[in-house]
Amino acid sequence: MIEKVIHVGVLLVLPPLLLGVINKTKAWFAGRNGPVLLQTYYDLFKLMRKGMAISTTTTWVFLAGPVITLATVLLAGLLVPMGRFDAPIAFTGDLILFAYLFGLARFFTTAAALDTGSAFEGMGAAREVTFACLSEPALFFALLVLARVSGSLKLTQMLHGPAGGFTAAVAAPLVLVAIGLFVVLLAETCRIPVDDPNTHLELTMIHEVMVLDHSGPLFGVILYAASLKMLVIGSVLLHVVFTFQTGRAWLDWPLFIGELLGLAVVIGIVESVMARLQMRHVPYLLIAAILFCGFGFILLVR
Amino acid sequence: MSLSLILIAIGLAAASGLPGLGLSRSSVWGQRLSAGFMALAAILGLSGAAAGLFTQHNPIINFPWQAAGHSFVGLDALSAFFLFPIFLMGGLGAIYSLGYWSQRQYPHNGRKLRLFWGLLTAGMALLVISRHAMAFLFGWEVMALAAFFLVVTEDEKPECCQAGWIYLIATHIGTLTLFGMFALWRWVTGSYTLTPVAHDAISLPVMNIMFLMALVGFGLKAGLMPLHFWLPGAHANAPSHVSAMLSGVVLKMGIYGLVRFLWLLSDPPAVWGGLILLLGAVSGLLGVVFAIGQHDLKRLLAYHSVENIGIILMGLGLAMLGRSLDRPEWVVLGLAGCLLHVWNHSLFKSLLFLCAGSVVHSTHTRRIDQLGGLAKTMPWTAAMFLVGAIAICGLPPLNGFISELFVYLGLMGAMTSNGLAGSAVVIVAPVLAMIGALAVACFVKVYGVVFLGSPRTASAMHSSEAPASMRWPMGVLAVCCAVIGIVPIVLTPILDSAIAVWMLDSDIMSPSVCMAAPLEAVSVLAIVLIALFAVLSLVLRLRHYPLRSTVTWDCGYAAPTSRIQYTASSLAQMIVTLFNWVLRPGMHRPHIEGVFPHAAQMHSHVDDAVLDKLLLPFGSRIEKWFGWFRRFQHGMIQQYVLYILIAVILMLSTLIPFEEFITRLFAR
Repeated sequence: MIEKVIHVGVLLVLPPLLLGVINKTKAWFAGRNGPVLLQTYYDLFKLMRKGMAISTTTTWVFLAGPVITLATVLLAGLLVPMGRFDAPIAFTGDLILFAYLFGLARFFTTAAALDTGSAFEGMGAAREVTFACLSEPALFFALLVLARVSGSLKLTQMLHGPAGGFTAAVAAPLVLVAIGLFVVLLAETCRIPVDDPNTHLELTMIHEVMVLDHSGPLFGVILYAASLKMLVIGSVLLHVVFTFQTGRAWLDWPLFIGELLGLAVVIGIVESVMARLQMRHVPYLLIAAILFCGFGFILLVR
Repeated sequence: MSLSLILIAIGLAAASGLPGLGLSRSSVWGQRLSAGFMALAAILGLSGAAAGLFTQHNPIINFPWQAAGHSFVGLDALSAFFLFPIFLMGGLGAIYSLGYWSQRQYPHNGRKLRLFWGLLTAGMALLVISRHAMAFLFGWEVMALAAFFLVVTEDEKPECCQAGWIYLIATHIGTLTLFGMFALWRWVTGSYTLTPVAHDAISLPVMNIMFLMALVGFGLKAGLMPLHFWLPGAHANAPSHVSAMLSGVVLKMGIYGLVRFLWLLSDPPAVWGGLILLLGAVSGLLGVVFAIGQHDLKRLLAYHSVENIGIILMGLGLAMLGRSLDRPEWVVLGLAGCLLHVWNHSLFKSLLFLCAGSVVHSTHTRRIDQLGGLAKTMPWTAAMFLVGAIAICGLPPLNGFISELFVYLGLMGAMTSNGLAGSAVVIVAPVLAMIGALAVACFVKVYGVVFLGSPRTASAMHSSEAPASMRWPMGVLAVCCAVIGIVPIVLTPILDSAIAVWMLDSDIMSPSVCMAAPLEAVSVLAIVLIALFAVLSLVLRLRHYPLRSTVTWDCGYAAPTSRIQYTASSLAQMIVTLFNWVLRPGMHRPHIEGVFPHAAQMHSHVDDAVLDKLLLPFGSRIEKWFGWFRRFQHGMIQQYVLYILIAVILMLSTLIPFEEFITRLFAR
């Protein structure tokens, strides 16, 4: 029980810190001081107290979009185990629900973007749904590999691995899957090299351009849901990359949080040393992710 | 009892259009009577089907008709399962047409439409309960011909007629194949009765030939990918409730035929299942990809039927593989996915077509790029379309997710339980994931461009909500989608009894659907999701934020118009480019030159790969070759008489004893 409470606590409290760590890393690479680590929390509080400007073109979909996105991502977060602890909710086949919840979030994010009738937001929506068509198969290949290795269709057991731990034979497929999943993580959370969260040039953005017209509390919800999504997909990736556990609960929670922050640092480094890809080259990156995960699968069943 | 109820319902449905024929064109009583008949038939038929699902003995009725070899009908859980969508949609569609195709508005073809609507419903119900090849083909032809007359309801429009003719040709190729198949069946089993045979009764080559014939015959009706060519045109040009029936229910008769035929043969080779699975994956992927390229609302929905038939066939293929390899759990999950998706697709596709009908009724256009902002003027239709769109994308918490979950679980269970064969099967799971993502892209495009944003034309701006007779049927379908999606557990007994019929070997205890899939957990999570949404909305509403109404951010541009909105073509453009290799879109780019270029327009279209790129060019090539013979036929009677004279002389010349002449000539 206490584990479930901690799980929900980490899920609710930690996400904005990840954005802070990424920004701090990027600032450090650029030789700046950068915003404080807790800046995203301050931003969220500030946004929650603000008023909203709502376009006259919009309907209820515009208001419901961010809320539904947050609800689905929260629910998805309850399906993913953290560290060596089980997820609060686990059942056979929850991996499919996990993947499809993100589909629901995407449907409403993009519909809310189109609700404004703005061409910029239309561009963002088009890019978002197009790139998802390539990242979904990659995610599913990765989940197939994990299901095959663990012999289970529960996310908790799949991510914890088989009872006796991973064998050497599955090392190569898992490495490939980890690379593929990392690309999926970058694409789904809209980071460089797929998307640039900082740019203010609408023509080159995906996620930021979709939410141009959201303001105040709704924008806060969007910001929070985006960081939550990073935490959720990040914990899936971390299970593939780090399998080391101490066996003591009071050490394993800090260890897991440390891993998450480490992942944020890696994302920050990637963002600092790379440029955003040209929009027409992004599909190649995502197809590469499909290939990594697909070859992981083929290596496993050969 | 249950069977007599259904027979009465069939009679009522078939007769529903007749009173209207006797009344004058201006009378509204014809349509009211017909809707009443159809509603009554629907209630009787649905209760009969519900009773038929759970009866242990399967009732059969013989008709004392020697010529047809005692053609008879019967009812089992599988038949009852397919009767539900037929009667539900038959009744709802008739009510919908009160507002959509009223006698006042369409005095010249309203009576014809209602006559054939009833016949279509009756024909389908008959074919589903037939236990004899003759009754089956009779129902099949009634359905096919009634559907043809419904497609050409507006026979003054050339595109309707063309679509109708293509449909008629396609459906008769299918019927002919089925005639061949049933003739083979008579040859190997000695009777036209459709009852399962022992696995060694038919030799493998004959079985294979029958399977291929069934695949072509039923696949043409179901709209399997290379055989789908008649489908988009026919479904786009029919009146919308007819499109809903054609897409939602008539296609399923192909699936029913395939399921029923495969039930007849007890020991299928594993190749069949693999082939169906592969065809399903191809249909699913290409169906949705072609849908994305369409600019016509109803054509787009029609291509989505091809996609959903693909998903249904993926389930059926898995069930077949399970049967060949003795894996009851694959059969249960595969067939549950297949059957439930039959229901689900008939619900959400009918819902979407009815919504599209409501849009067409109000704006008089099917072109997506001429609409926009309809959610403001038609809020009910927009909400219903949203329900249908989420359901068809297979997203939780609606019904499409449940049937796709069955298919996924079956595929992945195959991988974890059976080594190499299972891993080969599971390769289609990422394809299904891609289909899902593409469907999201497609419906975001449709919903966003048609219902959201601001109106692009005057007709979209002055649209108004549909009348109540059109809104209620949509509401019923949407509620069905939500109930199946949120509490799928209520369907377990229905699915279990239908699957038990198909399993044949009653000694193998098949696991129940609710054991094989986590239905309770899914419904709990669906409720949690809705509750989370409600709580979050409340939390955000608790405080009253200062709200400011403003225009959409346009980077300070001074004179925005609704024309600068992103269009459906531009939303789809990236995906169309990705799938360039199969779509081969036609682009007509403007030629722009000079400092002040003239007004220019750009135009793109995605034609059907089979009909427009293969069959029509092939047909016109053939026509050109045979055009040579035209020079003999020019309408001059004198020349025709001359031909007759020449023909007679040629025939007479065979009587001339040439050989004798020659022998005499050289005898000297």
